[in-house]
Formats: sequence, structure tokens, C-alpha cells
Amino acid sequence: MKTKNEAPLGNFPDGLIAVVKEDCPTCSLISPVLEHLAEEMDLTVYSQDNPAFPFDTEWVVDDTDLRASWNLNVDTVPTLIKRTGGTETDRAVGWNRSSWEQLTGLNNLGVDLPDFRPGCGSLTVHPERIDKLRVRFGESKLASKRIEISELEDEHEALFSHGWSDGLPIVAPTETRVMQMLEGTSREPNDVVALAPPNLVECNVEKIAINAVMAGCRPEYLPIVITAIEAICNQNFNMHGVLATTMSVGPILVVNGPIAGEIGMNWGINALGHGNRANSTIGRAVQLVIRNVGGGIPGGIDRATLGHMGKQGFCFAEDEENSPWTTLSEVKGFERTQNTVTAFCGEGPALIVDQTSRSPESLTRSLAASLLKAVSTRVVIAMDGMLVLSPEHMDRYRAAGWDRNRFMTEIYDCLLVDSDTIIRGAGGIEDGIPADWAGNQIPKFRPEGLLVVHAGGPAGLFSAFIGGWKNGPTGSDPVTLEIKK
Amino acid sequence: MRVLDPTSEQKLNTRRPTARPKSLIGLTVALLDISKPKGDRFLDRIEDGLVAAGIKVERFCKPTYTKPAPADLRYEIATKCDAVIEALAD
Repeated sequence: MKTKNEAPLGNFPDGLIAVVKEDCPTCSLISPVLEHLAEEMDLTVYSQDNPAFPFDTEWVVDDTDLRASWNLNVDTVPTLIKRTGGTETDRAVGWNRSSWEQLTGLNNLGVDLPDFRPGCGSLTVHPERIDKLRVRFGESKLASKRIEISELEDEHEALFSHGWSDGLPIVAPTETRVMQMLEGTSREPNDVVALAPPNLVECNVEKIAINAVMAGCRPEYLPIVITAIEAICNQNFNMHGVLATTMSVGPILVVNGPIAGEIGMNWGINALGHGNRANSTIGRAVQLVIRNVGGGIPGGIDRATLGHMGKQGFCFAEDEENSPWTTLSEVKGFERTQNTVTAFCGEGPALIVDQTSRSPESLTRSLAASLLKAVSTRVVIAMDGMLVLSPEHMDRYRAAGWDRNRFMTEIYDCLLVDSDTIIRGAGGIEDGIPADWAGNQIPKFRPEGLLVVHAGGPAGLFSAFIGGWKNGPTGSDPVTLEIKK
Repeated sequence: MRVLDPTSEQKLNTRRPTARPKSLIGLTVALLDISKPKGDRFLDRIEDGLVAAGIKVERFCKPTYTKPAPADLRYEIATKCDAVIEALAD
């Protein structure tokens, strides 16, 4: 004999079991049937939301902690289960008179009721409960070490004290939150994504998800974070060198494709700044992975003389909707329908102000004049750059009918440098290119070395340039990868 | 509260540099150019000084200063030499 409020067990008795919740019209509808079954057979009813529903009686068992519902693998209420010889032998989901009669062997069940009524979702499959239940009932697939924070410790101070933070508060990576984060990808937690520099240790999806939780990401951002990790750990990107250099550079991530809009990324006002959760936390998560998994810690392997605030995380989306040009990802060989992330090693952004130019020719010369200063006026060919072209500047090219190819041709013509002006000693400046380069016109950027992206708010005749770092096989090349969900 | 460890959880092997020899006499010294501008000039001067003191010198060069020295290069230095002087300067 069961008693009221008995804790539900994993081992269930033979006989009939029904799982119900008060907040289900079908469950209320069939309550007379349950009462009838209890008179005729050995019935146990597990009630998910009210121990006195459908009746305050001994055969109704409190399952508000959902243990029985979870162990019975119920996803719809009402569910009627028949157990014989210690195993389940039949199951009916929702109300279906013929199914219930067949299962129970009784006729004329609920003759006043309609023949069929669908049930409602079980509380065990509620999106906000399911991961907590997985953790509570021991179905976690996560392998990471569990670390206790005592009730006497301040949560935030404890997280800082472990050395996991980039200097800002982090979200506690509880098992439930990490499991919810993993819902954002179809990849398994133990799937190895990359060897994370500088320590070249295996970085799997689970570790990325933990750091994404700490950064404040939502689950739908996770595929971008995973792909960004793959991109920066690609040997062409050379994350080890990007960390170790004393130059102030870090990964800059540009997202293309429908996913940017789907997750609410910002490519408009303040696109390179703060204020958008996806932009801010995706880049941050990537840097936290490098810190916590790879071991790339400022003052350790990260030797940047000055650094820049973008190293906290620098991610934005290209404005594809309003661009008359091919996108950055199309330049890299992808379709607009594909989601991609491009990793570029760069400094902080610097503004290019031109509020006067009305012709595309003038604006191009103006932009080029600023780009020539990228990193240093004395640096040519050896480092790449990114130009973020704002909508009002783009309007000049739209109105003139210039496409991306025309623009690139014209601006590269304006980016030729008279080597005599930048050789060592020229202009009284000791820095410069070797004297034997004299007498040449040298392009500021290698042919593929200027990345042009469209982003920014609708008003303001300002674009931005972002200086790069040593390029090519001895440095860092931009890497674009398709995002797989 | 229970949280998950965000680190690699790997205990990394840490190695200390070999103790500095009290004297270089009789030893072979590797001079490692990391390919930074003017590093070769710096090492030329070091080599001149060491050779004048009767110390044997071997010159090595990393392909690029932006990446760790290749394993083969590290192995070659370790097997041929007793000490290393690395030029980091621009």
C-alpha cells in the first residue's frame, strides 16, 4: 500500500501507472476514468504539479520532483502504462478510449467522454526543466571536473579566484547551463575541435561550451564560437604567434550569412562597439577558450606590449542586406546562403573621417590616404588590413555604380607607395624599408591583403580601418570557415 | 554551487632551463637568430667575441619569429650544443 506523498521510485510495481498534471485539460477530463480504474485494478497515479490531483487519495503519488515521470520516460500527459513481471508491457499516450480499453482489458471506459483527446507536454520535456532533470537524475554526458563553490564563498569572487576570468565577471558554468549551451550544436561534447594554442591541448565541444557559458553566450551562438575556435587554431591563422607577439593584435571575427540575423547580431549602429549580446559574448568566449584551455594568458605567453580592448572579444557581422557589393564570405568563395566566420588578426579600429567627398574617386583617395597609415606608414606588403566601410560612404559607390571589383582596383592604385619616401632615414626617420628597395612603387597591401567589410549605422560619413599583423606563412593569414550547426 | 572546470585539466610538464655554465671554455655555444631584423648583426658581434675567447660557436636560424622553433631545429641545437644565446632584438 502506497502512502500519500511517498517519494517516487525508479523501480515501479506491476499493474497500471498513469502520469498526469493538473494543468492539462485532458488529464482533468479523464479523472473519472482513473477513479474507475483504481476501483477495478491496482493503479498508481503520478501527479506532476499537484499531489492532490486528480484526487487527494493514497493511490495518487506526489511526483512534483518529476523523478517517476523522468524514469518512466514520459513526454506526454496523460500517459497510461501497464507493467507486468517487472517490465513495461503496454503504453497509451493521451486519451484514446480504444487504446485504454485494450491496455486495461476493461470495456466501456469513459463512455461520456469523446473517443479521443490529445494530451499535453509532460513537465519533464519542458525546455527550461529538461537539462536540470538530466543533471539531477545522472544522465550527464559531461566529463569535466566538478568544482564545488561553498555556500560561504561569494560566487563571483570564487570564480575570479580560479583565474578563469578575463577581468570581467563571468557566468558560473553550472552543469545545467552547460547542458543547455550544448543544445546549440549537434556535435557531441567529447568531439575534439582543435588543438588550442599555446599549450596545444585538445579542445573539445564541452570545454568550448563551458567557456561560452562563462562569456554569457546563448546556445544559438555556440556554433559560431566553435567555428571561430577552429579558424584561429588553424595553422594559417597562427594563434600562437598572435598571442606571443608584442604587437597589440588579437582575433577579429566577422560573421556572414543568415545566422547573423537569426541570432540578432549587430552590423548597424555601433557594430564595432558594445551593446549587443551576440557580438560581445562570441568574441569573448573565443578568448576565454584560448585563456582557459590553451593557456594563453596575458603576461604569460600573451606578450602584447599594449594590447587593445578588442582582445576582450571582437566580433561583428557584415551588413549584407544593405550592401550593393559581394560580401566578405563571397570573396572567400562561399555562397550568401552559407554561414561563415572569418578570423582576422588585427589591432583596434581607427576611424577614417571624410565628410566632404561626394565622388567615389575622391573618397577612394581619402580612404587610401588613411589606410597608408595602417600599422605604420613605413610598413608595406608585410601586413594586412581591414576596411570597414560605413553605409554613407558606401552610398557614394552605390550611386556611382561601382562594384567591389572596381573599388578594389581603384583603391589599390591609390595604395602604391613611392619606396624612396619610406626607406630608412627618409624624412629624417630611421625606421623604414631597406635602402635597396629604393626606386620602386610598392603596394601597401599584398593582393589579397585588404579585407573590405560593410557595416555601421545609417548616419555618419565615417569608416574604419583595422591594421593587421605579419602576414603570410611566417605570420597570420585570415581564415574563413563555414559554420556547421 | 557546483561548476565545471573550463580548463584543459592537464597538468603541464614544466621544464627549467639548463643551469648556466660557470664557464664557456670548452663548450659549444648555439647562436639562434629568430629572424627578427638586425638579429644577425647582434649575433655576429657575439660570435666575434666568443670566437676570440676560443669558444666554439654554431649558428642557427628560426624560419620565422612568429612561430615556435621547429622540433628538428630544437633537437639539433640540443644535440650539438651546450648553451644557447638567442637574439630577440629588432
